[in-house]
Amino acid sequence: MKTFYWLVKREFWEHRGGFFWAPVITGGIFLLLNIMGIITAEVLGARQGISFGASGGLRKVIEGMDAGDMSKVGFALDIAMYSAMGLLIVVLGFVVFFYCLGALYDDRRDRSILFWKSLPISDASTVLSKVVSATVVAPIVAVIVGIIVGMLQLLIVAITLSFHGVNVWQLLVLAHPFKVMFNLIGYIPLYVLWAAPAVGWLLICSAWARSKPFLWAVALPVGAGLLVSWFGIMGLFNLPATWFWKNIVQRALFSVFPGTGSIFSADSDNMVSHVTGNGSDVLDLVNTWHLAASPNLWIGVVIGAALLAGATWFRRWRDDS
Amino acid sequence: MSAVITANGLTKRYKSALALDNTSFQIEPGRIVGLIGPNGAGKTTALKAILGLTDFSGELNVLGFDPRKQRDKLMGEVCFIADVAVLPRWIKVSQAIDFVANVHPRFDRKKCEAFLARTKLQPDQRVRQMSKGMIVQLHLALVMAIDARLLILDEPTLGLDILYRKQFYQNLLEDYFDENKTIIVTTHQVEEVEHILTDLMFIRDGRIVLDADMDAVGERFIEVMVGADKADAARALKPIDERQVFGKSIFLFDGANRAVLEQLGETRRPSISDLFVATMKGTYA
Repeated sequence: MKTFYWLVKREFWEHRGGFFWAPVITGGIFLLLNIMGIITAEVLGARQGISFGASGGLRKVIEGMDAGDMSKVGFALDIAMYSAMGLLIVVLGFVVFFYCLGALYDDRRDRSILFWKSLPISDASTVLSKVVSATVVAPIVAVIVGIIVGMLQLLIVAITLSFHGVNVWQLLVLAHPFKVMFNLIGYIPLYVLWAAPAVGWLLICSAWARSKPFLWAVALPVGAGLLVSWFGIMGLFNLPATWFWKNIVQRALFSVFPGTGSIFSADSDNMVSHVTGNGSDVLDLVNTWHLAASPNLWIGVVIGAALLAGATWFRRWRDDS
Repeated sequence: MSAVITANGLTKRYKSALALDNTSFQIEPGRIVGLIGPNGAGKTTALKAILGLTDFSGELNVLGFDPRKQRDKLMGEVCFIADVAVLPRWIKVSQAIDFVANVHPRFDRKKCEAFLARTKLQPDQRVRQMSKGMIVQLHLALVMAIDARLLILDEPTLGLDILYRKQFYQNLLEDYFDENKTIIVTTHQVEEVEHILTDLMFIRDGRIVLDADMDAVGERFIEVMVGADKADAARALKPIDERQVFGKSIFLFDGANRAVLEQLGETRRPSISDLFVATMKGTYA
């Protein structure tokens, strides 16, 4: 266990840029853009002589709201928190994608694999430490950064409005930061399962390719997809060619992007219909975890495990250093 | 004590060539073995097989382990320095120590820090900021702090200047080697290891062509410096090599009668490099 902890730590040392600085910088840019947007709006507003805060217009609006409207305000504030996460999720997807592609390839290229292999560490734990780094460590860091950025975002909105004489601090109570946190953190285990086939595929390419793992990882599924479409092979199984694209190509390459589970999943139509009440519940764990009932997820997990076993085998026997 | 390494019928074929050709050998504990051979003779392949880094056919037992199946356990007892610069470039000195200290049960942190105190390396320094010589110093400090039973060195001093090279072997002898440890070293700089080796193995085309301890080498191989008048008599005794120096001929004999040779001229023990050249004649032809 101690060894495994240090293996994961080793990954974090090596990939501090992707795992830590990428989300931090993205979050920083997100906040900066928001502040710039607010300043622009303020400047334009002042020039046009619109001063809705001072005239008490907004305050009146707030005072005039009933309970239903208040919950909508809370919902809007939650969305403000999620919005920071949206950008981070895209960045996280790219980070995980390229991390997996390089994880079992880079040290073969620079021959430092000879050093790692001279230590009493099994190849299975090496591969597993990379899986955990990609699907657990990286998302946890991104979620923590996302939550902090989301909080700051709320704070900025609140401060801006209070300059206009609106006491928004009372409105902040309407937001559900803990629920947002809970939903985001609770999504991580689902992400581990959903990303399994893509992580497996990228890692096996990383362990197997003698050069250009990116090219192989993308060219093989896309090439296969083109062949399937061209010759109509899926017709043999009474399935359309899009089935292959959707269930093989997309799953192999894009499942590392968080949230794609809810979008790609075959019964995503049903999922939307599960959603009741207001829109932010889409991200409620009760809704997101519906995915756990889909065979698509579990078949992916099985295939992912098989691919990881293959990656471990290649890690063990690939001999080119 | 039982052998550290027992190899029986090792064979490894790459696509184009046979790297190990039905090779068998045994290495006893407490020895420093020089595995010497021309480029492409199969040295590195043999070491990789011992370390469990490559597949092969035949039988191989290293410290009681099968390197093919138990590489991770074996690495608890074996250390390995490949030719320079296999330490990851991003790692810091302090991280390297932390990592090895926590994953290797036989690592002695104090020892490692004591070795590093003798160098210019700083804890915050990254490998990518170091010269080749410094990287080897770091790697050697890490390895020497591990109480392993077998140390394998594959061209450890390649590309280092003389100061680093001398220091490398000196450190190994003074601070590391003892009768419980075994060292296998491959190198092309034969002169440098000559005086520290206890055993010599020549490998050529995937076969071990010479396997003897240094005393036996000294008895078996004799070099004689012969004047021009007795050169023909010397040639009649079938030397394995002949070369000319200052108008005299130097003949190298394998297993000849020492008393007979002493009548021809001054005898001495040949250097490993001369022996190597004589043995490997025609390798690239």
